[in-house]
Amino acid sequence: MIKNRPIIESAGLILLALALPFVFPEYKTQFAFFWLFVLFALTWDFQGGQMGYNSFGNIVFFGVGMYASTSVQIGMFFNLTEWTEAGGENTFIHLPGQYFTGMAAGLLAAAFFAVLTALLFGKLILSMRGQYFAICTLGFGIAAGEIFASIEPLGAGSGMSVPVWPDEAGGLPARDWALYCASAALGLCCFWTMKKLHRTRFGLALNAVRDDEDKAEAMGIPTAACKTASWAVSAFFLGLAGALAGHIIGFIDPTEVAFAGATFGVWMVLMAVLGGKGTLWGPVLGAALFQFFKEFFWTWFLGWQYVMLGFLIVVSVVFFPEGIAGFWNKRRREIIARKKDAAAARAKTAQPGGAK
Amino acid sequence: MNGALLQVKSVSKNFGGIAACDKISMEVEEGGVVGLIGPNGSGKSTLFNLICGAVPADGGRVVFGGRDITSARAAEIARAGLVRTFQQTRVYREMTCMDCMRISAPAARWLRPPPKNADGEAAELLEFVGLESKREEPAGALSFGQQKLLELAMALVARPKMLLLDEPTAGINPTLINGVLARLKAVNEEFGITLLVIEHNMRVIMNLARRIYCLAHGRLLAEGAAAEIQNDPRVIGAYLGKH
Repeated sequence: MIKNRPIIESAGLILLALALPFVFPEYKTQFAFFWLFVLFALTWDFQGGQMGYNSFGNIVFFGVGMYASTSVQIGMFFNLTEWTEAGGENTFIHLPGQYFTGMAAGLLAAAFFAVLTALLFGKLILSMRGQYFAICTLGFGIAAGEIFASIEPLGAGSGMSVPVWPDEAGGLPARDWALYCASAALGLCCFWTMKKLHRTRFGLALNAVRDDEDKAEAMGIPTAACKTASWAVSAFFLGLAGALAGHIIGFIDPTEVAFAGATFGVWMVLMAVLGGKGTLWGPVLGAALFQFFKEFFWTWFLGWQYVMLGFLIVVSVVFFPEGIAGFWNKRRREIIARKKDAAAARAKTAQPGGAK
Repeated sequence: MNGALLQVKSVSKNFGGIAACDKISMEVEEGGVVGLIGPNGSGKSTLFNLICGAVPADGGRVVFGGRDITSARAAEIARAGLVRTFQQTRVYREMTCMDCMRISAPAARWLRPPPKNADGEAAELLEFVGLESKREEPAGALSFGQQKLLELAMALVARPKMLLLDEPTAGINPTLINGVLARLKAVNEEFGITLLVIEHNMRVIMNLARRIYCLAHGRLLAEGAAAEIQNDPRVIGAYLGKH
């Protein structure tokens, strides 16, 4: 065993985060999304893998965060309705000071409203199990998109534009650098939080709920509170991710960007499953692989990209049903067991003869 | 506290038109071992579920340690010190035996790793049930009998006042039953835990329980000392199909 492994791991991740934009300066936006994808997969796995609740509705927290952040950033300085109704006829420009105070307040609002949503709906929706939960969350995501698509001050179906990054002249940070760094920092914070939580009593309680919820209840674990708390943790990070994604994309469409169940919502499941459900590194690996293949397919197989993505899913489900991390863990256990057996066999043959 | 540790006062439960439990009353004294027997479908497991809060009662009251737990939730009842095991053994299959024990130990801080000093007790209890060599194995990889023993150890590490055991020897290899029996006696005598046991194996229940309640068709048919029940013609009739 390597000493100080956690420190080496963390240092490696930080180095990776710092190196990526220098090594691939053209791909900062893609890598910003990579860190958000890491967050997507980890937060999805916190329910799907650790707790055994396959949620298709986690995208709701992302969308709520995106809308909350943007509307706070706009609403602090302008009239929200005028902003969304302007449609290019009227330009609103945030001064740098306004932009960044608005951004900070927006991030707070994003986390707050996402967590609030998880707490309000958690008790109700998380009392369902298995496929009922899965279907209900699927509906939850679609309904949220449709509801936001009908709120007039938020631009209704035609969406709303996100404030434009202030002029980069005058010592302000470059937009792509700032957003990359924010995404990387958020992704890493999410990773470390999940790593810490997995080992706590709370993390064990979630595993107990996954393996046998009735037993956990009968053993005195407050299962309902644990499940809601788990969703709230995911919602916190997803809300912040939504806020950042809003800034990166620059435009909010209710069903295609904010509550994008068919893309982000499915991808978060896919990445966790690809990498290995219920492990810490699985979702991270899954996100890395997925982002690579996605960009690759979208570049070289345009028009066929979803077919190729489907092919990737089939390959991973058939050959690595437990994901990459799950596959690796199993192999490692087998190797250790084989070594143990071999050692035991050697000890046995060495004993009776007494020969060395 | 006055009276027995567990008092069941004329509880009833109907499923549709069928009375699974019909005004059943029973008492379990602190430190005692009480058996609950009856033919299949006589309402034993339903009575357990009513006591543990897994199923809400239609009528009657359940009092544990002087506190009314009739409408309390299952988790609350467990935290109050009344812990059950299941007839169809239930353990956390993907978790290692030690993790099963850690999460079953009385509440520590939620946002901290389980305390290291609690591991000693968990390991001792695994040794008590003979699973010390399986500590790091996933619970689902154990045999059925071993899972039953793990479930018992998990219940013990929660430090209950009283255990409800639903058929602790069902499905266990007959040669191992004596081992289970000896451990259950030790649980009662050495750890001072009150036991209420559902059991079909007459040799086990007669050896273990000092007092026995017999159910048939959702009603309390007979109660008394083990020897009396064994020779009660009503009980024999119920088992052999007189009802």
